[in-house]
Amino acid sequence: MKIPILLLLIFYYALHQDFWNWTTARPLIFGFIPIGLLYHALYAAGASLLMVFLVRWAWPERLEAWVEKEPEA
Amino acid sequence: MTPTLFVLAYLAIVLYIGIFAFRQSRGQAEDYFLAGRALGPWVFVLSLFGTHMTAFAILGSSGHAFNFGIVTFGLMASSSAFVVPICLLFLGTRLWAVGKKFGHITPVQIFRDRWECGHIGTLIFFLQAALLVPYIVIGVMGGGTTLSVISGGLIPFWAGGLLVAVVVMSYVFFGGMRGTAWVNAFQTALFLTFGMIAVVVIGNGMGGFSSIAERMLDDTKSAHLLTREKFSPLAFLSYTFNPLSAIAFPHIAIFCLTAKKMTQFKKTVMLYPICILLIWLPCVCLGVFANQAQEIPALAAKIDLKALTGRPVVADDVMLQLLSHFAPEWLAGMLGAGIMAAVMASDSQILALSTMFTEDIFAFYGARDRFGQKAQVATGRLFIVLVTAFAYFTALNAKASIFDLAIQFSFAGFSAMMPLYVGALFWKGSTKWGALAATIWVAGCTLALFFAPRGFTVFGLLPVVPMTLGSVFLLWFVSILTPKPSANTVTRYFSV
Repeated sequence: MKIPILLLLIFYYALHQDFWNWTTARPLIFGFIPIGLLYHALYAAGASLLMVFLVRWAWPERLEAWVEKEPEA
Repeated sequence: MTPTLFVLAYLAIVLYIGIFAFRQSRGQAEDYFLAGRALGPWVFVLSLFGTHMTAFAILGSSGHAFNFGIVTFGLMASSSAFVVPICLLFLGTRLWAVGKKFGHITPVQIFRDRWECGHIGTLIFFLQAALLVPYIVIGVMGGGTTLSVISGGLIPFWAGGLLVAVVVMSYVFFGGMRGTAWVNAFQTALFLTFGMIAVVVIGNGMGGFSSIAERMLDDTKSAHLLTREKFSPLAFLSYTFNPLSAIAFPHIAIFCLTAKKMTQFKKTVMLYPICILLIWLPCVCLGVFANQAQEIPALAAKIDLKALTGRPVVADDVMLQLLSHFAPEWLAGMLGAGIMAAVMASDSQILALSTMFTEDIFAFYGARDRFGQKAQVATGRLFIVLVTAFAYFTALNAKASIFDLAIQFSFAGFSAMMPLYVGALFWKGSTKWGALAATIWVAGCTLALFFAPRGFTVFGLLPVVPMTLGSVFLLWFVSILTPKPSANTVTRYFSV
């Protein structure tokens, strides 16, 4: 795997540990979603964008060619 | 009564889907156990997600959020939204490629071929089976709880669990992987559609979430549920290891082999985090806000007990109680069917266990050659009946909550088995002895967990962390000391 992609994954993993939201509920987004919960909801949505990026730049294309090239089963 | 009728109608529909799939089958082992490796793109996306989202995601998450607050979402949902698609992208595609190229149907077949071993594969089979059973039990428990609450107690837990177990067993029995995948796709679509509606309807019924949130923050007994102040950051970190289990779950790994083309993983990987968000966020919100639902006697009793003892209570029915009380009957019925849909994901686990038994034991030890493929499929079906019966009777006596059962055994054990997949598929230097050492380590730790007190930690970390790291270390250390598989095998697997 390319080093920049690995670093990106480590960075995104580290963002999961949001210690700065640990003890506070406010502001309540839309009046009822605590900031810590909103952060993790956005984290999940952001993961989807990250996957779009990975599918574009880190897709293991050679695997498919490998399977079709030399059928051994 | 109306919601019960909706749920029963839903059960009849999924049963019909299973029978319809049976008519499409060709009677061969690969067709029955892997749907002929020919699932289409959308069925693959929806059913893979449905396979992973179980009673744990719906009932367990809202029950956990009721006790511990918003931390539940970060513990399992957001970490899964990141880790699971990564595993599918890098490990799932590799599993698919190896399965397709060499004709493997189960992970153990891959391990045996890759590491040139026989009985070590059998040991891995037994460990996988032992770890999977609690997850199947969870499904039966979820079914019993759902039908019991939705029917207002008219259908007791034992009868609800029995009905769900029989329906699941029937469509898995007849439809095999094709029936299971179609039912899972239908179930996921149903729950994604009605999950959000549930939040809006229940929120309005409770007088609006804004006022509930303010009331909770004003009350010292409930304010902490909207933060993570009572949860250790180290334990929070530990939970990010649990989603590693996803790819090591045999039902997920086997499901990866059903895709017609590898490109089908693309949609799954990209949409997976969004699906997690859409299912978990409503469940966690409803679980947390249920702490203000004093007007529901069953929930008021739980809130009082929690305040009195200062300990978590069994709360797997929180979501269903809210639904029964606040939603109109027809909507409660539709949503109940949606919840039932997620709860019934134990189908793929039962099928996976049957596939593993017939391939890794029945066929490996020569019975297929002796009795033929039809006998293999028949044995798989008999095994499905036995596993379902065992899960049902275990569920009747299970005392732990759905969340606890899943976390304590299945997730920790399968997360610690994930290094085996990485070793087999990505590291030329891994050996069968390294795999054996890691397997014995995981089995020993899981057994020790059974006797450990609830909430047991190692230097503040949950057991899943040392279990997984220990598995990595043993696989590496023993592998570098022991002889490698033949050059021919290594070349076959790494000529990519």
